[in-house]
Amino acid sequence: MKGARPGFMRGEVLPWLGAAASIAVVLFALVAVAGAPFGEALSSFVDGAFGGRRFSYLLTTLSRTALIVGMAVSVMLSFRAGLFNIGGEGQLVAGGLVAALVAIALPGPPLFVLLASILAAMAAGALWALLAGILQLHLGVPLLVGSLLLNYPIRFIASYLVAHPFRDIQSGMVQSHLVPQATWLPYFPGTRLDIGILFVAVASVFAIIYSHATVHGYHARMNGLSPDFARAVGLPVNKLALQTLAMSGAIAGLVGAIAVFGIHHRYIDGMLVQPLYAWTGIIAVLLVGMIPWLVPFSGFFFAAIQTGAAGMERTAGVPKEIALVIQAAVILFVASRVSGALLSSSGRKADGGGDA
Amino acid sequence: MLELLFDSSFAASVPRFVTPILLAALGGALCERAGVFNIALEGMMLTGAFAAVVGAYFSGSPYAGALAAMLASIGMALVFAEFNVRRGGDPIVVSIAVNILAAGLTAFMLRAIFDVAGAFNGPGIAGFQPVDIPLVASVPFLGPMLSGQSVLFYAAILAVPALHLFFARHRLGLRMRAAGENPHALEAGGVSPARVQLAALVGCGALCGLAGAQLSTANVNLFVENMSAGRGWIAVVAVLLSRGRPLPLLLIALVFGVVDSLSFRVQGFGMPQQFTDMMPYLATLAVLVGLSWWRRRKAA
Repeated sequence: MKGARPGFMRGEVLPWLGAAASIAVVLFALVAVAGAPFGEALSSFVDGAFGGRRFSYLLTTLSRTALIVGMAVSVMLSFRAGLFNIGGEGQLVAGGLVAALVAIALPGPPLFVLLASILAAMAAGALWALLAGILQLHLGVPLLVGSLLLNYPIRFIASYLVAHPFRDIQSGMVQSHLVPQATWLPYFPGTRLDIGILFVAVASVFAIIYSHATVHGYHARMNGLSPDFARAVGLPVNKLALQTLAMSGAIAGLVGAIAVFGIHHRYIDGMLVQPLYAWTGIIAVLLVGMIPWLVPFSGFFFAAIQTGAAGMERTAGVPKEIALVIQAAVILFVASRVSGALLSSSGRKADGGGDA
Repeated sequence: MLELLFDSSFAASVPRFVTPILLAALGGALCERAGVFNIALEGMMLTGAFAAVVGAYFSGSPYAGALAAMLASIGMALVFAEFNVRRGGDPIVVSIAVNILAAGLTAFMLRAIFDVAGAFNGPGIAGFQPVDIPLVASVPFLGPMLSGQSVLFYAAILAVPALHLFFARHRLGLRMRAAGENPHALEAGGVSPARVQLAALVGCGALCGLAGAQLSTANVNLFVENMSAGRGWIAVVAVLLSRGRPLPLLLIALVFGVVDSLSFRVQGFGMPQQFTDMMPYLATLAVLVGLSWWRRRKAA
């Protein structure tokens, strides 16, 4: 893993200053294009990410961090096992959709309904990820392509279900009914931050322990670092791959359930797709070279860019899509230097998989 | 039912779906053969679609729009080249970043230039007019397919044999293949593989730009955020399946195009839009499964 360490840990400062300066230039150029005064744009960015009355915007940033870190941990499990699963979005949508529908349809005490919905969401995410795995292992569709293509059908299935059979017609929007209020995740006392972030923390700790302290996780990582070696020593590589994918998908499904019970309290068409949670999770992992304990920081960093951009849009009239451009610039200048080796081997494998 | 499905308006719609996928995939083929793993076709196509609308709106000419689309997509390709070829960044990471960059930049500029969110469909966007080919137009079924299409469709079809010859005969085409298959040999021959790969990326950008122009100024006359909607990924699949060979690539693009227009057709028969929307992706998966099964059977 030494080779994948970011340069600043080895004391190379200058290239990183250069990268930071380049990103700042991109940022200023875009603010200038939008015709906003720099000072106002900057202060509204900081306020949008960390300020607000009683820090309400900071809490929004934290709540978004939870979803991004959740998706990041989900893909990290796959990446570290050498599985280039970029279908996190589909697994997330499957989880959110199933969570909302189960909670609406299932009678019973609220806690039971909540737990059942979360478990169902995790199962749905896992199944969707397994589908991509089965396509790769048994039907010859490279995971990189198969997992990506599976993002689209589930998006449209969800869209159909909340547009027709399960639509809350009176609301006039393309969305499901509200889930029962008693199942909503509670807020931390005195704040507007739901406890979903705790679920993500537990899932992350579980994932890190699994990946670093269990034989299973060790085997999965070995399969990622050197598939040929893993095969040669007789590891059940296919079974490992499917189990890892299922775990990734289950965590993505859990994130979908958190978005439903903690934030939106229903399934709204596009609510998990438009903010690019899954892609942001992927880049949050890539930014820190797949080092687990750094992921919460990069997740918070990207969440702050997004909520800060929303603040800039409110106050200074700079389109909030500037966030995506900054994220892309950060990835280009930083991540393309950091996370080379591990990924490219799995990517090439995915590339060649179709020829097998 | 079948006659209803495969009527002349179906025939006329096939090229509209084939063209963007084919153009982008030909661009991807340049990269594939030159040894650049480029899965940012989606972002390059989206950039082209937006720039085409900007160019066509301000100049009043779809050709100026197409030129703007090519230049903008080449710009994206240069970003790719800078971070992948020159700085040695991982191609998948760079591709993901370029796709996000394109989604963000087009949505940002949409609001900065036209002051609208989501979509822009001003009447001032000069779109491509259909080109009628005199004799061909009167042939039943094939007529509406081959005549009355946009200039870009004919350009895409002509580009297939052109690219085939380019790889087979042209000096730069041969160098691209060398850069993909054995860059050290190329280097020993005194040619820098990086420069050849840069050329491939520029060509890829130009073709993806035209693919985007077809989407926004030939198929319709508007730009919608994320209007490439996964077509770039389908083009990536076509590139991987054909291994960058133009002739098989045409065949695959045709299959995808036919399926796309079929799903567009069945919308008219009361199937919910969401189901027809997902058909291209399911069809792409089905083609992938079928081809891999066929290859394995042949190998066995």
